[in-house]
Amino acid sequence: MTSTDLTTLNSALTRLTSDESVLRLSETEAEQKSGYQAPTEEGLGERMIMNMGPQHPSTHGVLRLVLEMDGETITRSKPVIGYLHTGMEKTGEELTYLQGATNVTRMDYAAPLFNELVFSLAVEELLGIEVPDRGQWIRMLMSELNRMSSHLLFMATNGMDLGAVGMMLYGWREREEVLRFFEAVTGLRMNHNYIRPGGVAADLPGGWDEELSAILDVIPDRLAEFDLLMTGQPIWRERLQGVGVITAEEALSLGATGPILRSTGFAWDLRRDQPYLKYDQVEFDVIAGSFGDCFDRYAIRLAEIRESMRIVRQIIDKMPEGDYRVQDKKVTPPPRARIDESMEALIHHFKIFTEGFKVPEGEVYVAVESPRGELGCYIVSDGSSKPFRMHIRGPSFVNLQTLPHLMKDSFLADTVAIISSVDPIMGEVDR
Amino acid sequence: MSDAETPSIDESELAEESVEDVLEEELPQPELLHGVPVSESRGQVVLHPSRDEYVALVSSLRELGYWMCVDLCGVDYLGYGAQRNLPAGVAPERFEVVVGLLNHTDRSRLRLRVQIPESDPQLATLFPLHPSVENPEREVFDMFGIRFDGHPDMSRILMPDEWIGHPLRKDYELGRIPVQFKGASTAR
Amino acid sequence: MGIVADVQADGLAGLEHNFLTGRVEDLIRWARSHSSWPATFGLACCAIEMMATGGPHYDLARFGMEVFRASPRQADIMIVAGRVSQKMAPVLRQIYDQMMEPKWVISMGVCASSGGMFNNYALVQGVDTIVPVDVYAPGCPPGPETLLQAIVTLHELIESGEIMRRRDVTGAGAGVHLDELQLPTSTALTIGTR
Repeated sequence: MTSTDLTTLNSALTRLTSDESVLRLSETEAEQKSGYQAPTEEGLGERMIMNMGPQHPSTHGVLRLVLEMDGETITRSKPVIGYLHTGMEKTGEELTYLQGATNVTRMDYAAPLFNELVFSLAVEELLGIEVPDRGQWIRMLMSELNRMSSHLLFMATNGMDLGAVGMMLYGWREREEVLRFFEAVTGLRMNHNYIRPGGVAADLPGGWDEELSAILDVIPDRLAEFDLLMTGQPIWRERLQGVGVITAEEALSLGATGPILRSTGFAWDLRRDQPYLKYDQVEFDVIAGSFGDCFDRYAIRLAEIRESMRIVRQIIDKMPEGDYRVQDKKVTPPPRARIDESMEALIHHFKIFTEGFKVPEGEVYVAVESPRGELGCYIVSDGSSKPFRMHIRGPSFVNLQTLPHLMKDSFLADTVAIISSVDPIMGEVDR
Repeated sequence: MSDAETPSIDESELAEESVEDVLEEELPQPELLHGVPVSESRGQVVLHPSRDEYVALVSSLRELGYWMCVDLCGVDYLGYGAQRNLPAGVAPERFEVVVGLLNHTDRSRLRLRVQIPESDPQLATLFPLHPSVENPEREVFDMFGIRFDGHPDMSRILMPDEWIGHPLRKDYELGRIPVQFKGASTAR
Repeated sequence: MGIVADVQADGLAGLEHNFLTGRVEDLIRWARSHSSWPATFGLACCAIEMMATGGPHYDLARFGMEVFRASPRQADIMIVAGRVSQKMAPVLRQIYDQMMEPKWVISMGVCASSGGMFNNYALVQGVDTIVPVDVYAPGCPPGPETLLQAIVTLHELIESGEIMRRRDVTGAGAGVHLDELQLPTSTALTIGTR
């Protein structure tokens, strides 16, 4: 960690709370004012207000930006969100705890397993149950693989946003390798509903370790291709280095987590600093940058793919035998074979999947390190089988607040690089 | 509330209210941390400042190293059937604003629960201390209708500007429409 | 005269250059179905699978569709990939209106088709309440194979003329109707003059 102290934090605060980089316009005003702006008496020169998105190929979904520009330079800006608002927190109050994982997994669709994980951890915290070792290691394995696939998706889109169109093909090629494994384990390529309160939905299929080792053998060479195509390229560096710079103090004040915070040199990773699952039993490095620019954020993600592979290799070696879900009749449905022979098991199965299980009253906040930063889940239970309130703290939602500050005084062409380097997933922003 | 006391009382013989009466007699003063009532929920520390203490508390916590406001969300307790986990002296209200603070140096977390009455749904903003609450506070306003005084841009964030109502309130319908599986007549 | 003699002797095989005969209508349909460019209308999870379909494993280029157009003016097919919120609905309709006729819509995934598991205040329950949908791809999200199947289905419908016929009958489609030109009947148009 860097030598951040309160004084530097306070000086960042004065900068951030002034309106020098955020354009305070409501959505309707922004539409009305769109276009040429004559000079004002307050000293603002000729400007242009431009609406970018919500349907724009490089905004990663349905993000809309209102930009105030002086020529090619962005003076102030404001992200406008809500175009993908799905009402998931409201729907979550209508679903049982067992169904809840299907709901949350659709939030951050590039890293669905993390959503399931954080929701399940929160429910388990309320239930006061501990998942067996094997279940925890499987969860860790799947989330690290998901971190890889999410970052590979970033490589593809980040490359394409900046004109390295070939990266779209390369990034997708590698991602498919991981997705094929996901499909073999969970039955789905995305939105798995695999990690559930009490454990995981199914054990790993036979031969998983060999299949996984084969994937791990292929990917390093391909990452080397990424280095060749992007990391070392002068054009790539020109587009990213020194663009969208943020300091550690600014990132902390703006609540930014994940690669954005780490790119400033502030090495904060929940896997190491507030370990959950079995992360204290594997070795890995927390990657931190030093300049806080777009290039650092790119490089951190590339390096994190390698770190995740390192963790996955250790997990293959250390995977314990045992149950993959907790053997608690209140939470866990009976195994499939028992349903065929026992009426009680059938009733039990039916009751768990229709009525759900009751969760003791209380409230809890649990956080995990998703590929985008701190993913938190706050659940209030009233003792029934449905959450009274389920709130997800989406890292993209908070990270988006850095955009106006990152884009201040940069060129219009750089907005694409900056949005891409924040790597927002709109499903999680709008929920 | 501290895990506590009642060793001599046989709970099964007492009605629930009387157990509470005994507890209140034994604990007239709530436990305090940083000058406000504190409770514990599943091992997590929860502070319960009043609306007046709220900003001052967050400010002093920030000086103590809680540099990041990680999360801010609202809860509508209308129709909550169970016992609210509140320390003595904190009167339950319909709304709550829940704030998560993170201390990177100690690697510790604190949670603040502020009671907001239904008749006057507003709270002072944390924006001057933690600019990170800009979006979350707007979300709480959008979803619960709780206003944050002093927020630079108190407008809807997820719903369209002209939307009526605050969807996450408990008295706001889910908005489910009946599903028609056949016989729908739409020109295609 | 040589050509005529060859044709007289060998039939059509006597021609130096081969040709096909057909109706212009069929030719246009064939051409349309094989180069229909999709608009990038990625909304949610389905957008990721839509992009994956364009990736190397599934290779959308086989269907003449790898050119995702960012501008609706250059696109023929709108693949509505993901859930449509109440806030997004006007935007979606605007983009649809900006596309040139003939245009087609694939509703990708259950959220776009019917609202899916999110039957609530925030989502439009079926994108067909806003724009006319030609093919629905089921799934949450539909895998690339499902999307390809939907695309192939749409291509068949375009090629057989089925869609346009149906639209003529029901008056559906984008609802764009050109008013008939009202020319003054007395003015005679003479070729060669202005």
